[in-house]
Amino acid sequence: MSETRKVLLNPIFKNNPIALQILGICSALAVTTSMNVTLVMCIALTSVTAFSNLFISMIRNYIPGNIRIIVQMTIIASLVIVVDQILKAYAFDISKQLSVFVGLIITNCIVMGRAEAYAMSNPPIPSFMDGVGNGLGYSVVLLFVAVIRELLGAGKLFGIEILPLVNDGGWYIPNGLLLLPPSAFFIIAGFIWLLRTFQKEQVEEPEYKIAKNINKEAM
Amino acid sequence: MEGLISLFIRAVFVENMALAFFLGMCTFLAISKRIPAAIGLGIAVIVVQVVTVPVNNLLYTYVLRDGALAWAGFPEANLSFLGYLSYIGVIAAMVQILEMTLDRYFPALYNALGVFLPLITVNCAILGASLFMVERDYNFSESVVYGVGAGVGWALAIVALAGIREKLKYSDIPKGLEGLGITFVTVGLMSLGFMSFSGVSL
Repeated sequence: MSETRKVLLNPIFKNNPIALQILGICSALAVTTSMNVTLVMCIALTSVTAFSNLFISMIRNYIPGNIRIIVQMTIIASLVIVVDQILKAYAFDISKQLSVFVGLIITNCIVMGRAEAYAMSNPPIPSFMDGVGNGLGYSVVLLFVAVIRELLGAGKLFGIEILPLVNDGGWYIPNGLLLLPPSAFFIIAGFIWLLRTFQKEQVEEPEYKIAKNINKEAM
Repeated sequence: MEGLISLFIRAVFVENMALAFFLGMCTFLAISKRIPAAIGLGIAVIVVQVVTVPVNNLLYTYVLRDGALAWAGFPEANLSFLGYLSYIGVIAAMVQILEMTLDRYFPALYNALGVFLPLITVNCAILGASLFMVERDYNFSESVVYGVGAGVGWALAIVALAGIREKLKYSDIPKGLEGLGITFVTVGLMSLGFMSFSGVSL
């Protein structure tokens, strides 16, 4: 049981796919302007990761090594088609806003990366849990970014007004920068900084150290 | 002709794959520590884009689109839901063919690109360009130009980032921001710079 919990919870803070493994950043930046869209994206990605891990792990012993990438791609692409069709049927507006980013789950490195790194060498149930865990790790970062961007950029959460805007007679002056794409970079950088302040072992060693200024005369 | 030129400029600057849509970010951040590696990867991306976007365009127009199979006697068939599967298949196949061709005829270039070629299959910028092409309904010549533009824009961005990062390693950065964190800040600033192009109307 504790093993399952570890597999499920580790990716959320200890081994976060976005902050530490550098996986799946593309969509993290582009779909985080509003909570609704972000939440749908997180659910879509978590389910694709979990099920692709499950299926790939089930057939891992039958996949010949040299064509494994294509087999994985086919499974992932089929799952994404299912997700895309479901979104088009039940949440058409959101699926329009996500535009190409649903399709891009196929090349989202989290899905491929976990399939390759975990599902190919572990039994189905732990693989499924690993998929859910990594999906959640991704969701935590995305939701964090989306809350900041939507709350401070538009004064809303899930489209419901929280901070009344000046334009509508309220007091809050929205920060337009946060609605623009580059702000996501700064927020994620801040998130990484925060995370690494508490998890010291994640700090990267600098490649190049500035030498100490030695005062020769004093020696 | 004028339309194609403005499409090219738009694809390179205004709608830069890396800095405006954040596609191909994983490789963008991972392989931008050295300029030569970044240039190699940039060229590989351009080559693959130039081939895959037009091929996917033909595939979409003649096989997948609603009513596209009329020439084969199936006017009611609409296979567009198979899009993702076929585009990624085309990309994987193209990368494989390109790898073998380069290995056979241009070994020097093949060795220079090394491990980046197979990595391109999972670069979202490639699939993204094909999906944008379908969504915006480009015709064949537009798709060729868009493929080149998207590739050049991405290559430009990664080379610029590699240039900045080579200098950046000599600077004194707060502990927690070291490495990935400061790269994010840098890319954010670059992306802000590229946003100034969005005011350019073509």
